[in-house]
Amino acid sequence: MRLDAIRDLLQCEVLVGAHLADLEVDTAIASDAMSAVLASPHPRALMVTGLANIQSVRTALIAYVPAIVYVRGSRPEEVTIRLAREKNIVLLSTPMGMFDSCGLLHGHGIKGAT
Amino acid sequence: MTEELLRRTFEVLGRDFENAGETSTEVTAILKDLEIDPDIILRVGIVMFEAEMNVVMYAKKGTMTFILTDEEIAVDVADEGPGIPDIDLAMQRGYSTASDEMREMGFGYGLGLPNIKKNSDAFVLASEVGKGTRLHSSIRLDSNG
Ligand SMILES: Nc1ncnc2c1ncn2[C@@H]1O[C@H](COP(=O)(O)OP(=O)(O)OP(=O)(O)O)[C@@H](O)[C@H]1O
Ligand SMILES: [Mg+2]
Repeated sequence: MRLDAIRDLLQCEVLVGAHLADLEVDTAIASDAMSAVLASPHPRALMVTGLANIQSVRTALIAYVPAIVYVRGSRPEEVTIRLAREKNIVLLSTPMGMFDSCGLLHGHGIKGAT
Repeated sequence: MTEELLRRTFEVLGRDFENAGETSTEVTAILKDLEIDPDIILRVGIVMFEAEMNVVMYAKKGTMTFILTDEEIAVDVADEGPGIPDIDLAMQRGYSTASDEMREMGFGYGLGLPNIKKNSDAFVLASEVGKGTRLHSSIRLDSNG
């Protein structure tokens, strides 16, 4: 699924939008625990999280995650946004909760990373 | 003979959550520039990031040394801190002494040390209570998985 379609599906605000139209993901990992993301890394997977600190972007960098969706309207601070922009990580923020976000993504064919 | 190609040492400060994880991402950027196999970089990144977060969360300060040879990548972490009283227990998945504050930051799920071990070809963890903790991990460049 293309990231611009995910933006529309989850009614996301785009915080960092590099490559939005030409990036596609077919897998996602949803967690508020960074070690859980790193326990089953899946390169090119979308990260869905409620955790908006700078470690979310650093975890994405380590795990080859190209894009993060922040749920429940959470939104990282400016330094975190700047780091993501510098490193070409897409950041989206949705007002939806974790359950609804994942449900919608799953309903559109996105699989869970295991 | 093993040939050392690159060595870097970084200081990591306890409780410095702003910079926590920076060293690890810097090292992975260096490895990407060197065109090391992405699977290897992923494993080195996980080892370093988890070890770095542990120093930040539990220790006063520490140093992380990263050594690239023609055969492997070694990561050595030494910290000054409370140490680990029971290493077998600390290695168990889900065991954590992290505070609520750390959980709110996305850590403290007791997965870090197991993640480090899983991604290492060789792994040693040693600790002296009241003094500090030392961790060694190495990843062979010809290994896969
Ligand atoms: N450098 C260290 N100094 C002192 N204690 C440590 C250190 N590293 C780990 N520990 C102890 O071992 C426990 C388990 O560590 P581990 O990294 O596996 O999980 P965690 O840090 O609690 O959570 P997570 O890594 O999932 O965020 C910690 O909660 C802590 O009690
Ligand atoms: Mg840890």
